[in-house]
Amino acid sequence: MDINRREFLKIAGASTIVGILGGWTAVEVLAPGELESRQSPQALNAKRWAMVVDTKRMDEANARNCIEACHRIHNVPSIDDTKSEVKWVWLEPFEHAFPLSNNEYLAESIKERRFLVFCNHCDDPPCARVCPTKATWKREDGIVMMDQHRCIGCRYCMAACPYGSRSYNWKDPRPFIKKGNPDYPTRSNGVVEKCTFCAERLDQGLMPACVEASKGALIFGDLADSASEVREILRTHYTIRRKLSLGTDPSVFYMV
Amino acid sequence: MIERALTGSKRYWEWIGILFVLSAVGMMTYLVQRFSGAESTGLSRDVSWGLFIGNYTFFVGVAASAVIVVLPYYVHDYKEFGRIAVFGEFLAVAAIAIAGLFIFVDIGQPLRSFNILLHPTPGSPLFWDTIILPVYMALNVLIAWGVLEAEEKSIPPCGWIKPLIYISIPWAIGIQTVSAFVYAGLTGREFWNTAILAPRFLVSAFASGPALLIVMCILIKRLTGFDPGKKALGQLAVIVAYSMILNLFFIVLEFFSSFYSGIPSHTQSLEYLFFGLDGHGMLVPWIWTSVTLAIAGTALLVVPRVRKNDAMLAAACILVFVSVWIDKGFCMVVAGFIPSPMATITEYVPSLFEVIITIGIWAMGFLMLSFLYKIAISVKEEAII
Repeated sequence: MDINRREFLKIAGASTIVGILGGWTAVEVLAPGELESRQSPQALNAKRWAMVVDTKRMDEANARNCIEACHRIHNVPSIDDTKSEVKWVWLEPFEHAFPLSNNEYLAESIKERRFLVFCNHCDDPPCARVCPTKATWKREDGIVMMDQHRCIGCRYCMAACPYGSRSYNWKDPRPFIKKGNPDYPTRSNGVVEKCTFCAERLDQGLMPACVEASKGALIFGDLADSASEVREILRTHYTIRRKLSLGTDPSVFYMV
Repeated sequence: MIERALTGSKRYWEWIGILFVLSAVGMMTYLVQRFSGAESTGLSRDVSWGLFIGNYTFFVGVAASAVIVVLPYYVHDYKEFGRIAVFGEFLAVAAIAIAGLFIFVDIGQPLRSFNILLHPTPGSPLFWDTIILPVYMALNVLIAWGVLEAEEKSIPPCGWIKPLIYISIPWAIGIQTVSAFVYAGLTGREFWNTAILAPRFLVSAFASGPALLIVMCILIKRLTGFDPGKKALGQLAVIVAYSMILNLFFIVLEFFSSFYSGIPSHTQSLEYLFFGLDGHGMLVPWIWTSVTLAIAGTALLVVPRVRKNDAMLAAACILVFVSVWIDKGFCMVVAGFIPSPMATITEYVPSLFEVIITIGIWAMGFLMLSFLYKIAISVKEEAII
């Protein structure tokens, strides 16, 4: 193909302008905080999200529904082997959930009860403190978030979490996902994951999946808002939190 | 200078060949682990660090111990260490390479490692580790290379080496302190959450590193025409002995504050490690082996006659080295995870995969060390002639 100097300059000039405009648009659109901040208008917001577990109403059947709902929505693999299992929410007896408060003369009703445990979304999260890549961090609404695409799989957060709330993908989790949810990402081998208080659902104006499935046994709300349901319960009921003496200030409360 | 590593006797190449094969087997095994997932390790949700991270900690200590020869020689002008300083520095270089490789094989997404630099997090000890370990390696490469090159040309070393040497001294203490901070700052892991973890790491480093250096020097003396000097090794042996005594003393201190206060969260890991907890005691025989070797090695080293006999000295140093490796390179990491945050006990046994990869990384480190030592020895042999 023959082109003269004039034509060449025309094409070169035009493509440069298109390139600059395209690049500029990309920079604008993809700028950090631009895409992310486009929340839907019905998004739920809080200063500090918190959860109350009404352990009397949270019976085993109820708990199973909560766990099932969470694990299905978040593509959590079902791996039977306790060494490599991945779990976001599960049941533990009192002595495991509250080992520092364990008491051999505990009331039988408490001894027999099992407690729903998940990430405590601590106000001072040790996991976020130690993460060398900021792949886990505390959001402004108090949620301790996890970016599985930035995680390098060093597992420092697992050593740091005093609640055993974090799971590592010791193998590719995808073959172990029973019924996949195409709206939520699956994880790869070699990254850490955990409960995120359903940050993605809150953004759509939905309550966390477990709360929705709990028939009122889980109460979710803004701890910083003294008029919230959560605060009303805390004012009127005796609640406990896990390993409070460690100073992590958990956002999950248990009515016993 | 590097060409000196490329010529050698048949025996030299046989040794290199063995190390090369072991490294290759380790690397292949790592690739299998990489693509099938870390399920091939013995690690679990509860014990999420094991053999690899233990070895990393141990070899950072070996690297830091170069300061034991550098400080007396360059700062206090202790001439005896002049013949072994470069061997200590090269040992540090290889040890950092080993430590780095252990981190690399441990993490789940090694190709994302640069995220540590891309999103710098000064609050994380691992971020600092990533910065200071390569710098320490570079310092030792520059110092040892510079000094050796000057020796080769029979001229005094360049002036810029002196400040690097002075920087490398606190830097050595720094790398081991930061690796202690990786553990000591964790919430709810009382076994590690002790202010003397860094001092313990340092004294065990000052025992294990020089012990290895002594063994290396005795081998060099036997196998080559270069004699590192009896007096230097004797002096190093005294340092190993005292460091080991302090190491044992620090463990006694841990026992006192844990068991006298009697707070269960403080005693449980120690109980698991030394006596077994709730019927679980996989590490008990290991830690007592370590204690026995420590006492035997130290007892031998305090006897002047042993320090003067090469074979006995090497044997005593091997006891110390193995003892510290068992304690710090394995038990220390695992015991910190037991009991779990849920007060349950999951034990850990390294898998065959982990063992083969570990041997492979050791071989890679020794491969590097062999090349570096070959260069240093051939320069020094010529200097004698």
